[in-house]
Amino acid sequence: MSDHAKPLGGRICTPTFLICLLVVGIALYFAGKRFLYGIGSVTNMNDGFPWGLWIAYDVVVGTAFACGGYVMALMVYILNRGEFHPLVRPALLASMFGYTLAGISVFLDIGRYLNVYNLYLPWQMNFHSVMFEVAMCIGTYIFVLWLEFTPAFVERWQLKNFEKRLNRVIFALIALGVLLPTMHQSSLGTMMLMAGYKLSPLWHTSTLPLLFLLTALFMGFAMVVFEATISSRVYRLGDETSILAQIGRIMSWILAIYLLIRFQNIFMRGEMGTAFSGSFLGNMFLLENLMLLIGLFLLASARYRTNPRLLFIAALAVLIGGSLFRFNTYIIGFDPGTGWKYFPSVGEQMITYGLIAFEIAAYTLFVKVFPVFSASHAADANQ
Amino acid sequence: MKMKRRDFLKGAAGSLALLTLDGKVVDARSVEALPPHALGILYDSTLCVGCNACMAACKEANQMVPEASNGQKLWDNPRDLSAQTLNIIKKYSSGSGIHKDQDQDGYAFIKRQCLHCVDPSCVTACPVSALTKDKETGIVGYNRDACIGCRYCQVACPYNIPKFEWDDPYPEIVKCQLCSHLVAKGGISACCSVCPTGASLFGPVAELLEETRRRLQMKPGRQYDFPVSSIDSGKSHRFKAPRYIRQVYGREELGGTQVMYMSAVPFERFGLPSFPKESFVSMASGIQYAIYKGMVYPLVVLAGLVFMVKKNKNSEEADENTPPTDQGAHHE
Repeated sequence: MSDHAKPLGGRICTPTFLICLLVVGIALYFAGKRFLYGIGSVTNMNDGFPWGLWIAYDVVVGTAFACGGYVMALMVYILNRGEFHPLVRPALLASMFGYTLAGISVFLDIGRYLNVYNLYLPWQMNFHSVMFEVAMCIGTYIFVLWLEFTPAFVERWQLKNFEKRLNRVIFALIALGVLLPTMHQSSLGTMMLMAGYKLSPLWHTSTLPLLFLLTALFMGFAMVVFEATISSRVYRLGDETSILAQIGRIMSWILAIYLLIRFQNIFMRGEMGTAFSGSFLGNMFLLENLMLLIGLFLLASARYRTNPRLLFIAALAVLIGGSLFRFNTYIIGFDPGTGWKYFPSVGEQMITYGLIAFEIAAYTLFVKVFPVFSASHAADANQ
Repeated sequence: MKMKRRDFLKGAAGSLALLTLDGKVVDARSVEALPPHALGILYDSTLCVGCNACMAACKEANQMVPEASNGQKLWDNPRDLSAQTLNIIKKYSSGSGIHKDQDQDGYAFIKRQCLHCVDPSCVTACPVSALTKDKETGIVGYNRDACIGCRYCQVACPYNIPKFEWDDPYPEIVKCQLCSHLVAKGGISACCSVCPTGASLFGPVAELLEETRRRLQMKPGRQYDFPVSSIDSGKSHRFKAPRYIRQVYGREELGGTQVMYMSAVPFERFGLPSFPKESFVSMASGIQYAIYKGMVYPLVVLAGLVFMVKKNKNSEEADENTPPTDQGAHHE
C-alpha cells in the first residue's frame, strides 16, 4: 500500500459533518421505530413489493457505488497499472463504508435478524440460492475491505508486529477483494432472474449477471472520478485530471461494450418495440441508456474527458444511468401483477439518507485522521 | 510472464462469455421430479359453492385470527391471502354475474393457497433452507427458526403466495403448509375435511391426477359420483358433470404443482397466469451452476488472482526499496 499517504488533519466538526450527524440522528429514530413496531410501521413495502428502497438503493445501487475499491485493486494489482496507486486507498475507504452501510441496511431490512447465524450453519446453507451466495460474498467482503484498509491503521498507530503478520496474508486479501465483488455483483443480476414474469422483459434476461458485473465496473470507476474530483476541490489536493482522464478512457470502453450487449440483447429478444413504445417502462429504459450514452459520448473523446468539468459531468451521468438500470431491475420494472404499488415512505427514505450521511461523515473523519491521500497530494495542498 | 497473464484473463473472459448466451442456459438444472408419496389437493371450481367453510377451518387449524374488511367486523372477511389468511375463496364475476361457471354473465369461485410446486422457486431461493420440500410428501414447509426474513421467497414465488408479518417486530413468513401437522397424525388438511361438496379434495397427487383424467372424460350434463374430503374417503356425492376447460391448472405449469385446479371458466379469469413448462428456478440456478460449478471455478480464479497480486506487489515493493530519488516517479 502507499507508504506516502498522510492524514490531512484539520478541523473535524465542520458544518457538513454536523449536518450529516443530524441526518444520522433522524435515521436512528426511524430505525428504533422499525425494531419496536415492525418493518411495516416505517416502510411502504408490502407483500407485492417485498423489496423496497433499502434493498434497491442501499444494497444494489450502494454497493455498485462502492465498487471503486474493487476496480482500483483490479487495475493496480491484477492488471499491474501502478500509476493508479494513489487512488487505491481513497477508493478503498469509500468502498469500505459503502459496503459496511449496505450490511447495516440489510440488518434493518431482514425481518428475523437474530437468525442470521443460520447462514453459517453448514446444514442450513442452500448452495442453490443466489441470495445465499450474495449474502456470504457481501458479508465476507465487508470484512476483507476493513482488512485491506488496515495498513492505514497500521501506519497511523505504528503497529509493527501486526504489520508483519498482515503482510503475509495481504496478497490473499487483495485477491479476495477482486474475486468476491466479481461474484456477488454479477449475482445481484442473477438474483432477479427468479422474479420471472414479474420483471419487465426490458430487464429480465439471462444476460443480467453480465450486465450487473459491467455496471459495477463502470459505476466503480465513475465513483472514483466523482470522489476524487470532489475531494481534490474540498481538500485542495491539486489537479488529478490527467490520471482521472485515463480512468475515463477505460470507462468509455466498458460503457461501449455494455451498451452494445444491452441493445443487441433487447433487439435479439424482440423487445425493441417495447423500448420505443412510449410506455413508462420503455421511457425508463431509454432514460437509463441515454444517461450512459451521454457518459460514453463525453468519455470517448480525449478533448472532453481531459476537461475536469466535462469529466465530472460524464461520471455523474454514468452513475445516474447505472443506478437507474439497477433501480429499474429491482423496483421500477418489477410488477407482481396483483395491483400492488410501492413508493418509499418518508421514514424509509430517512434511513437511506441517514446511511448516506453517515458514509460522508465517516469518510471526512477518516481522511483527516488516517493516512488516505498520498503525500504528493498533501504537498500540493500546502501550497 | 506477460503471456501467462493474458492467458489467464482470456480464460476469465471465456467463462464470462458463458453468461452472454441469451436464452440458452448451459447445464440447466433438470426439473425436479414429483416425490413418491406426494400429497396434494384437487380443487374443482365447478363443485365449489363459495361457503367459505374451508377458510374458517383453515384459520382454526392454523391458529389464525379473523380479518375484517369493508367495514364489517362480524365475520372473517379477508380481501386476499395475508399473514393471517393462508387460504381464500375468491369469486370471478362478469356481466350480470348470475350463471355459475359461465364466462359471460356468470361467476365462478377459485381457491387461492400455496400450490406446493414440484420445483418450488421459494425453496431454491431461500438462503438458509427455512423453506423445504418434504422428500416423501412434497409438502413445502417453513421453519421459522431458520428464516432470516430476507423475503426472497416472496420475490421468487410466481404465484405471490408467501406473506410477511409486516407489523410484527420479529416477523415470520406465512403460507399454507398443507396442514402438515394434521397429516403427520394421519389426518388430512383442514380445508378438505370440511368441504361439503368435495370441491377441495385431498389425496396422493398420482390418484388426484387419475381423477382429473376421469373428470375430463365425463359427458357434460350426465350424473357422476364425485368423492368428498379425500379421494379414498369412500364418501361421494352425485353431480351433473360440467363443461370443463380442457386443462388442469398445475399439471404442467412451471414444472407442475401438487395443488391443482379444474374449472369451467378459463384460468386467466382468476388471475392465474399461463406459464411455460419450465420453471424460472431452473433458469436462475442453471446459470448460477454453470458459472460456479460447485465453487470449483471461483477457487481456481482465486488461486490465479493471488499469484498475480503477489507478483505485482513484489515488483512494486522492490521498486519502493530502492532509495526514492523523486517521490512518486516510480508510479509513472
